[in-house]
Amino acid sequence: MNTYKEKLFKALTYTASLFVIIFLFGIIYSIFREGLPILKVVKLQDFIFGSAWYPTHEIPEFGIWTLIIGSVYVTLGALVVALPLGLGSAVYISEVASPRMREIAKPIIELLAAIPSVIYGLFGMAFLAPAVRQWFNLPTGLNVFTSSIILGIMVIPIIASMSEDALSTVPKALRESSLALGATKWETIVRVVVPAAKRGIIGSTLIGFGRAIGETMVVLMVAGGSAKIPSSIFHSTRPMTSAIAAEMGETVVGDLHYQSLFAIAIVLFLITFATNIFTEIVFLKRSAR
Amino acid sequence: MVTNQIQTLKLNLWFGNNHVLHDVSMGVTEKKITAMIGPSGCGKSTLLRTFNRMNDLIDETRISGKVLLDGEDIYRSKADVTNLRTRVGMVFQKPNPFPKSIFNNVAFGMAVQGKFNRSQIEDRVEKSLRDAWLWDEVKDRLNESAMSLSGGQQQRLCIARALANNPEVLLLDEPTSALDPQSTSKIEELCLELKNMVTILIVTHNIAQAGRISDYIAFMYLGELVEFGETNKVFTVPQDKRTEAYLTGVFG
Repeated sequence: MNTYKEKLFKALTYTASLFVIIFLFGIIYSIFREGLPILKVVKLQDFIFGSAWYPTHEIPEFGIWTLIIGSVYVTLGALVVALPLGLGSAVYISEVASPRMREIAKPIIELLAAIPSVIYGLFGMAFLAPAVRQWFNLPTGLNVFTSSIILGIMVIPIIASMSEDALSTVPKALRESSLALGATKWETIVRVVVPAAKRGIIGSTLIGFGRAIGETMVVLMVAGGSAKIPSSIFHSTRPMTSAIAAEMGETVVGDLHYQSLFAIAIVLFLITFATNIFTEIVFLKRSAR
Repeated sequence: MVTNQIQTLKLNLWFGNNHVLHDVSMGVTEKKITAMIGPSGCGKSTLLRTFNRMNDLIDETRISGKVLLDGEDIYRSKADVTNLRTRVGMVFQKPNPFPKSIFNNVAFGMAVQGKFNRSQIEDRVEKSLRDAWLWDEVKDRLNESAMSLSGGQQQRLCIARALANNPEVLLLDEPTSALDPQSTSKIEELCLELKNMVTILIVTHNIAQAGRISDYIAFMYLGELVEFGETNKVFTVPQDKRTEAYLTGVFG
């Protein structure tokens, strides 16, 4: 009886995890199946590096370089916002805050991650963008700058939480020996604790990168959507994710535009997939020490 | 009469409501080795850590009485704690080099002080590594990670790191308890050499070790300094029954 139950339990959990794997490979398979045929019409290098994205023109052009640059700009901008704030709060929580304060502050920062992205988008659209337009006297506040800030706020909890974990695993003995050598608390943090946690901190930043580059709703609502390479952070842009989300509804199943959007999805998937694998292997693997 | 380099006067210490040190009055002679022994939890490590104010790091530490270093109370209200810690170096139980290069480990204290130029730092790093008997083993790989050293080498690196601040006093908190016998005896011999340049206080669980290297013994029990005196006298004719019992292995 017992062994029968155990076998059943084993089979059920096995099936559950099998489904997860089937979904993963199913999704990968379908984006490749729908997206790859575009390469019969457009050469790979023209697709990636071509900077004319006119998918609906009479003679359509499918160069996604502007979209890639759009994604890269808002993502790097987000990290410029999120890294100092995320690492700063991680250091505060791990090194400075009293145990009581730590118990309050960490869940609050992690709560940022619980806000649905459409709410970030709404906030950016309704409050930040008009303010940015006014402050800098711009034609529109929907641009790289505004989306970087909003995306950055979204990424803060990832960097803060993972960096805090990394900082708090630095052995107390290292802090003590630094202090015992006459270093102040601040010098100890800057010269010993943060360097000792740097792998985890870099790892958290890369995970944040993957999160920001894949984020769709915020950039759809706040980045402005123009498919030109922005020459200033106050120009609007169209990242890969918003191109896919905004344009999919206009396509006919199986046409070139449809295929090209799937091909963008492949590029996006490869970027996030590579980032995650690389990060896991290089920065986050639990070393023996 | 020789004045003591370190002198505690009626020193009491509490962690919260836990009264850890009771009226400890003890003098430490310059350029000698003083061993602090006693069973676990007797307060010997806590006493050691009052000499460089490491107990300050623990919340709710209270202290009464005085700790004098060269006649000055290190707990006076305007005392510069970081300066104190460059004058009183410390080596911990487990070797704990920073995950940095061998060179940067030894240079750390000087780099933090920020008042030395490159060649001064290089000279002092070499001298400290020589003084810690590590130079010949590491001189060709100063830029390698300190983590690549063996446990005994790491502990000597930690000693070199402390020596690089030119301390007057070196506090050793069970420095050999995580080491093999060979590394242990090397560090014991090193201590005997180092006492020519620096006053050494060593906490040890190893009574034989205390006997081999120390000039003075402080025996602590339940937060009290039960007996203090020259090592050979304490070992041959202990004045207190508790000391005798501990030394003969009745408890510990």
